[in-house]
Order: sequence, then structure tokens, then C-alpha cells
Amino acid sequence: MISGRVWKFGDNINTDLMLPGPYLYRTPAEQARAVFQANRPGWVDAVAKGDAIVGGFNYGMGSSRPAARSLRNCGVGFLLAETVNGLFFRNAVNFGLLVFECPGVASAFEEGDGAELSIERWSVRNPRSGKSLAVTPVPEMLLSLMRGGGVLPQLEAQGLIAPQAAD
Amino acid sequence: MAMTIIEKILARASGAAMMAPGDLAVVDVDLTVMIDLSFSGSSWREVLKVHDPDKVAVVFDHEVPAANRESAAMHARGREFARRFGIKRFHDVGPEQGISHVVVAENAYCLPGTVMACSDSHTCSAGALNCVARGLGAPDLLYALTTGQTWFLVGETVRYDLSGRFAEGVSAKDLFLHIAQNYGDHANQNVEFGGPALPHLSIDARRTLTTMGAELSAEFATFEPDDVLIDYVKARNPAPFEPQYPDPDAAYLRRETIALDRLEPMVALPDKVIRNAVPVGDAAGEPIHQAFIGSCANGTLDDFAIAAKVLAGRRVAPGVRLIVTPGSQAILREALKAGYVEILAEAGAVVTNSTCGACVGGHMGVVGPNEVCITASTRNFKGRMGDPSARIFMGSPATVAASAIAGVIADPGEYMKGANW
Repeated sequence: MISGRVWKFGDNINTDLMLPGPYLYRTPAEQARAVFQANRPGWVDAVAKGDAIVGGFNYGMGSSRPAARSLRNCGVGFLLAETVNGLFFRNAVNFGLLVFECPGVASAFEEGDGAELSIERWSVRNPRSGKSLAVTPVPEMLLSLMRGGGVLPQLEAQGLIAPQAAD
Repeated sequence: MAMTIIEKILARASGAAMMAPGDLAVVDVDLTVMIDLSFSGSSWREVLKVHDPDKVAVVFDHEVPAANRESAAMHARGREFARRFGIKRFHDVGPEQGISHVVVAENAYCLPGTVMACSDSHTCSAGALNCVARGLGAPDLLYALTTGQTWFLVGETVRYDLSGRFAEGVSAKDLFLHIAQNYGDHANQNVEFGGPALPHLSIDARRTLTTMGAELSAEFATFEPDDVLIDYVKARNPAPFEPQYPDPDAAYLRRETIALDRLEPMVALPDKVIRNAVPVGDAAGEPIHQAFIGSCANGTLDDFAIAAKVLAGRRVAPGVRLIVTPGSQAILREALKAGYVEILAEAGAVVTNSTCGACVGGHMGVVGPNEVCITASTRNFKGRMGDPSARIFMGSPATVAASAIAGVIADPGEYMKGANW
């Protein structure tokens, strides 16, 4: 079981909000300081390691930019949304961020609630309300990439790309 | 059980008998396309082993020729990669260069029924050639390049059956705007096109539609194969291929019929395309500073032809910049031979070399503060083509050419009627 404190976001949260265009060619550390600067300035100072994001529909719409890496680097422990955009989900897998779809999640959690995620049981519980919701399972291969820090460490371990300090 | 085109290609590429919505397809990649941005400092990692160099193409497109030191360094890294791994399909700055999606189509590198990987979001363009192709993340590209595989989660499919023919002055861009306006986004869904209109739709027109699939948030956009496609591919690539047709009883989320002859020129208003388009008459009269025809979606020979038809014997309005960028250097040569470039230049257009250029706000046509641009390219997001205060309208090449002459957004219909062609 993984638990985290909830930050709530709405529908259609796009990649540009998580990784603004002017930061595209900056370092990953600088990119992580810019997350949600347009819609929630100051969030990067308030978020703590292990916190959870709860979002609405089409979370992560937009481009192929590595927005999931920025969330991971901000310390986000997991993200649950009503639906997740396909390209953002790929990058969550690629960069090792736990991102799952969970119908009903947007109305089941308030900002600041705790969220107790059980991947073993594919469910999430709100300890304040006592209610549990089903989390949509992802295939084992993708889950293991997410949990293993994404694809780059795997390619390094297989000798396919040169090792590099974690970014 | 019956399958759609996308389900069939994914089943085949993963060695499974069946694919259905919700399944994970782990597939062998037939073609991995690296673009200049693949070699940018923030996404590139030193590759030690390439799975199969003959299944890789390297195409420089975003800033060609290099526009600044960063793009020059990116190109240098790409050249070194191509040399080190002996990549034969290398399209460096020069006669065979172009926007990757255009180069891939005009060489038929992406064969019908196959799977392609590229990190540009408009990779879905190759669906016009009956391919499984979509924009991936930069690490996905490294994975495909080094392991020869990638994965896709299978979504549901929406089928559009097209009938009839476009009226004069109406083209594939107007059809896209009609879909974006009337059916909204297609997030996590596939789009499949077919129907009796296919013999009248050129591969150029089909590519405009599939390229714009990215703007519908679609996973994949693909066309049913036909003789037009098969002849196009055979003329460009001698390799054997097996086009994939949908089963007659395939399960679709929705099935819609669109009569092309009932469509009219459309314009998307600034900042977004989904449910933000109007008939051109509703936007007509809006003064413009810049007009642009180009990109992977609208830098085709068809687009040059229609722009030339509208502009022949006419002049771009004073105070308006008309910039025309071919999708590839091969298209530029064809447009020169056909006389289109001369017509455009005589009319006052600036015809550039092939590059993503103005579409991505990179170079050769970046818009300034508070300017108004009408574009036949891929995106009208705020800030996409330059300053965030600029307003970007989107229309077809005919509408953009007519607007450049009028100095305000204009209906191409009257210019087509009196064309000095």
C-alpha cells in the first residue's frame, strides 16, 4: 500500500502547464521548478515527496514533451485521474511515474485528503470517507517499467545506451 | 472475431491472433524515424547498439538549414549517429531532405500494414499509407531504436465513411475542420477513414487528414487501402507488403458518413481547433499580417497547385507576407517544373526551402506581438507560431492564398471562379 496527500486538478490538464514551452531546452531540474507555474504558482514549493495528484478527464493532453519526468522530479508518488491521455501515459511509463485511471476519483477526493493506493488489489481508499474505488489495472510489463524507474535504466542495464547520472 | 485496420496491424505485428480495445500490443517496429530534434541535448542519450540500422531513417526537418547554434549542434550529432551506425536512409540538408512525415511517404518507407515509430506528434501522418504510426516520447524512440520493439494500448475506433467529391475551393483541411467542429476530440480513440470517395482523394489529401489526427488527440488515424495507395507505394518502394483491410463486421465505437460535396471552406478561430471552427464567411474581413502555407499537413504538391491557381495573375496585398514552405525538396522541384513556384513568386509570395519552420514558430516566418496570421499548417495554439499575443487562424491553402490577396480573411470561392489559370 502506498499513501499520499492529495492535490486536486481538473479536466484537460495539458503538458504545457506541467512543462512550459520556454523550459523545453532547460535542465530537468529547472523544468521541475516550473511545474504548474501558470495555473498554481507556488505549488512546487508546497508539494512534498510522496504526495498524490488526483485529476479529471484527459489528464496530460498535448505534446510528447517529458512532463511526467517533471512530476516525478517534484516528488509526486502517484497520479490518479478519471482518464489519462495516451501520450502522457507513455511518458509516465518511460520515466517511472505511477499513473493510473480511476473512474470516480475526481469526486471521491478533496484537496488535502489522504489516498491509500493498493496496486496488489487495484483499489484506492479515502481514509476520511472510508470509501474505496477500483483502479483500472495496467499490464504487468508497463507496471514493472513504471516501478523500475522507466525505460532508460533498463536500456542502460542491457548495455544499449551509455550510462548517465539520473536526471 | 472481426477487427478494425488498427487492430489487425497490431495483431499481426505482435504475433497475436486477436487484438481488441483494452489489449496491450507489444510489437516489432518496421521503421524507426529519427528527426533532428531526436538529437537535441535534452532528449538524446548516447546509443551503444542499434537493433537494425536498415530499419532506421534519419531525417532533419525542424530547423533546416540550421537556424542557430543549438540546431547546428543537433544536426552535427545526428550526422555522427548516421555515420557511426551506417544509416542508409539519411536525409541531411540537401536535395533529399524534407519534413520527416513527407519524406517517409514520398519514399514509401512506411509500407502498408506495418508499424512505424517516431517522436514527432504528427507521426500519425503515415496512417494515410495504411500504417500504425503515432507520436511517441523520446525514450520510446531510444527503446525502439535499440530493441526493435515498442508497445501500444489498443483503443476503440471511430470510422468515417467519405462519399462524393469536394466542391471547387474545398479540400482536406476543410474536411478536418468539419470533423473537429462537429465531432470534437478523439482522445484515446483511433480514427479510420474509408468509403466511396477514396478514388477521388489523392495521397496528399489523405496525408493532410491523417496528419491532423494528432489535433483530434487520436491515437492512430489510418486509411483503408485501395488501388490509388497500392500504385503509389509500388512506384516508390520495390519491397513486398500486405495492406490491411478492416473486417466488414469490425466493431466501431461510432460510424459516421460525411458527404464531401456538402462541405464548405472552414476557418478555425485562434488558440484551438476542437469545436472552434466556423464557415469562412463568419471570419471574413479580419485583417491579416501573415499568411502561411506549409508543414507536414499542407506543403504538398496539391497545395502548391491550388495556391498557384488562386494567385495566378494576382498580387499579395500590400502589408501582407505570404510564406510558402514545401513539405520536401522533392516537392519544391516538382513545383518548380510545374510552374507553380514562378506563379507564387510573381504574385509576391516568399517561397522557402523545406523545413518545419513557421509552423512550429522556429524560423522563416515567426509571428510578432499582436499580429494576425492565417495558416494552412498543423496547429493554432496560443504562441505556437511566435509571440503569444499573436492570433492564429487556420484554413485551407486556398483560403490562405485568397486571404493573402485580399489582405483580410477571404472566401476562396470567388477567386477560384475568376482564376486566371
